[in-house]
Amino acid sequence: MIGLILLVKRELGLALRGGTDAVMAVVFFVLAAVLFPFGVGADPAMLPRIGGGIIWVVALLAAMLSLERMFSSDHEDGSLDLLYLSPVGLGTLALAKALAHWLTTGVLLLIAAPILALLYNLPASAFGALIVSMLLGTPILSLVGGIGAALTLGARRGGVLLALLILPLYIPVLIFGAGAIDGAVAGRPIGPQLMVLSGFLLAALALAPWATAAALRQAIE
Amino acid sequence: MFHRFANPARFSRIAARVLPWSAAATIALFVIGIYFALFASPADFQQGETVRIMYVHVPSAWISMACYTFIAVMSAVALIWKHPLADIAARSAAPLGAGFTLIVLITGSLWGKPTWGTWWVWDARLTSVLVLFFLYLGHIALTNAFDNPQRGARAAAVLALVGFVNIPIIKFSVNWWNTLHQPASVTRLDAPAIDPAILTPLLLMALAFTFYFLTMLLVRMRADLNATRARALRLSAAE
Repeated sequence: MIGLILLVKRELGLALRGGTDAVMAVVFFVLAAVLFPFGVGADPAMLPRIGGGIIWVVALLAAMLSLERMFSSDHEDGSLDLLYLSPVGLGTLALAKALAHWLTTGVLLLIAAPILALLYNLPASAFGALIVSMLLGTPILSLVGGIGAALTLGARRGGVLLALLILPLYIPVLIFGAGAIDGAVAGRPIGPQLMVLSGFLLAALALAPWATAAALRQAIE
Repeated sequence: MFHRFANPARFSRIAARVLPWSAAATIALFVIGIYFALFASPADFQQGETVRIMYVHVPSAWISMACYTFIAVMSAVALIWKHPLADIAARSAAPLGAGFTLIVLITGSLWGKPTWGTWWVWDARLTSVLVLFFLYLGHIALTNAFDNPQRGARAAAVLALVGFVNIPIIKFSVNWWNTLHQPASVTRLDAPAIDPAILTPLLLMALAFTFYFLTMLLVRMRADLNATRARALRLSAAE
């Protein structure tokens, strides 16, 4: 537990000092979502209907942007080997990395999402569904994304490959996340979608660090 | 029993002996199966002749799922026991599985147009089969993404196990969600809900597809082993 906290602190410190990665992800999130009304037309009656889905799709892509660097910088400078040898297990490391990734991208997406909801003219009743579904869904993106980041460690063309591996696994999150917002816009109950998302989150929390650790072990050996 | 086949040379010898027989069985089954499918079975009273697409569509669907299961089991074997042939089996099966999944999608689309009136619907089973296709592509891409083939095989093995969650979703999607795609009508606990006149060609074609898959798998595994040996020989010659 202490190891987990220390690792998360280290990651956050690195993110704060070093990179503009997290900010870039949010800028991408807003910019990409703003593109859609230009493409499909800015009909105020249509935007609320497609808004939830577009916000979720763009959130998936934005979360993926910074995934590639989750382990690669540590792998290149050798700190991953030291972390492997440290008493903190690889599973804890995977969990800490996913947590830090969520804190530096997922939370920022969560803060930016209501602004996009305003731009898409979503009714006020859908804001709760948007926030709760993002709160449940974005950690899954970081946890599952960690598996992909560990698998593609040291691969040629890692970025494109990562997208090919991870996007199919993101589809269930997208279906239920966007489904919750659509349900709220249409005035249907959204309990089932949120419960399925919670189930995914719990399963990912239990299984993803373990799979990430297995993938990391293959990369280090 | 398991480790007796760990020796690639012994495997190659056995495969060479099995191959002519399995190839002959494939051809014989295809001839009989296609005869039954095209001539000796009745057309459906609602769908007419288009029902014959089923004899390609359904066996490919079975193989595409069975192949992924095979890859997942081989991946587990490779990760747990570091069995040298398991990696090669998984690597050789993936393009075959991707091919069968593509056949399922194309024939399904061709069948959907006359019966459902559309090439594609975003139905649970269709979508999950499409996801299966992308999982296959990801598996193939990951296998070939590393300079060290060992590393690629291991990473792909982990991916295959992670992606395996999709298989039960495909299998049961038509029972869990009430969709346009019809529910399972052959693999049920009670008697199959299909007339024997249609079931016979279907099972014959399924058997033919299975033998084709096994034959191609053996061919590809032998080719892979030979390629590895050729590379090793070239490297030792260069030194």
